[in-house]
Amino acid sequence: MRFTKDHEWVSLDGDVATIGITAYAAEQLGDVVFVETPEVGKTVTAGEGLAVVESVKAASDVYAPLSGEVLEANAALADAPETVNQAPEAGGWFAKVRISDPSAFEALMDRAAYDAFLETL
Amino acid sequence: MSDETLKLTPLYAAHLEAGARMVPFAGYSMPVQYKDGVLKEHLWTRENAGLFDVSHMGQARLRGVSPLSAFEEVTPGDFIGLKPGKQRYSVLLNKKGGIIDDLMAGRPDDDGLFVVVNGACKDNDFRVIDNELAGQVRIDRLEDRALMALQGPKAAQVLVIHAPDAAKLAFMETAAIQAFGVDAIISRSGYTGEDGYEISVPGEAALRIWNTLLADERVRPIGLGARDSLRLEAGLPLYGHDLDETVSPIEASLNFAVSKKRRDARDFPGASRIAAELAGELTRKAVGLKVEGAPAREGAEIADTDGHVVGVVTSGGFAPSLGYPIALGFVPPALAAVGTELKVIVRGRAQAAQVVATPFVPHRYVRKV
Repeated sequence: MRFTKDHEWVSLDGDVATIGITAYAAEQLGDVVFVETPEVGKTVTAGEGLAVVESVKAASDVYAPLSGEVLEANAALADAPETVNQAPEAGGWFAKVRISDPSAFEALMDRAAYDAFLETL
Repeated sequence: MSDETLKLTPLYAAHLEAGARMVPFAGYSMPVQYKDGVLKEHLWTRENAGLFDVSHMGQARLRGVSPLSAFEEVTPGDFIGLKPGKQRYSVLLNKKGGIIDDLMAGRPDDDGLFVVVNGACKDNDFRVIDNELAGQVRIDRLEDRALMALQGPKAAQVLVIHAPDAAKLAFMETAAIQAFGVDAIISRSGYTGEDGYEISVPGEAALRIWNTLLADERVRPIGLGARDSLRLEAGLPLYGHDLDETVSPIEASLNFAVSKKRRDARDFPGASRIAAELAGELTRKAVGLKVEGAPAREGAEIADTDGHVVGVVTSGGFAPSLGYPIALGFVPPALAAVGTELKVIVRGRAQAAQVVATPFVPHRYVRKV
């Protein structure tokens, strides 16, 4: 699993990246009440909006950590957005994306680097 | 605004100790939520009792020869007819009938009028009142007093242990009473739609009283986040969002705040505009919306079913007690009837919305004791 400074996580299986937000991000957001996932087939660009996650108070953008094409969105979040709080780094994933440049994955932070980054916040 | 310039309420240390997330609000550092988070705090208040620090709000006594009649010069309410022990919701109006602030004004005793105004507006409010009513009333700001709200179906059971006389108060009644060993001003009112009280106490006693109330297992501290979602479900407007200096009480669907007597007399600021609006010359009206899909938040456009933009959301969010998003917003009067189908534009997409009656969640005020 790799991480971004915007608190997204990515796990890679071949050239398919599964993307979600970290436990830290989920905790900061508070109770998630709505998730807008991307449409299948959409091309996303690293650093641009991938999904929107809404708490009672506010809407927050989730950015694509890597560029690629959306293969699947997590439909279960429509009825159970709270999964993002309960299992942010597992069942609370937002989308699976076929990435165009697998080397970009390796350039993201690993767990140790992300944990060190959290210490600076 | 940097943290250094933020003011602190007498309960600041208690918020930090309780693990609150503090945010700047109305020039103060205020708790937006505690450890439970907005959703749980909201539901706790609806089922038990929530304790809110609202010491940022402006408290003052208006004293003078006849403060009640003087106050009618800046508001459309019937204050001359306000009996001792009663409190009214009202609005401070500018010359064009726009709302400078909304407020509570009551007679807890015979000492003039006790008013509570919004924290972000208080300096301007008291300046306006002072300018308009110069020579008639003296404004004594009570900056050494804290204000807390105890809200929820169990609020009365808890408060009467410490303030037995509070049991005698019905909704919108107020009294200066000895409670917690201090001179308290207690009204049975609030901003959640639930039964409950607002409790004004000397600042130096606030922390002890806060901790005394929290020691009761039925009571939890509730932040501004849940205060906002609770008042939205109760259909209550928030100044600076649903109300501002361009909005009249009729546009805001606060017709009840313009008393019958004052409508007939037309003797308040902006009376000609408000009379015309009451006669049907109205271009926008505040309504409640039930929203399908993503929450429509402040600033989201409202469209008719043909896609023409007809209005704007002034407050909106997810309603924890209902399980779906709701909003308040302005629409033309022709589209304000309950049941009207509309759209809200969220992130460029039109979502279904329907005009519904407010309050969204029924009020549970105790009107008779």
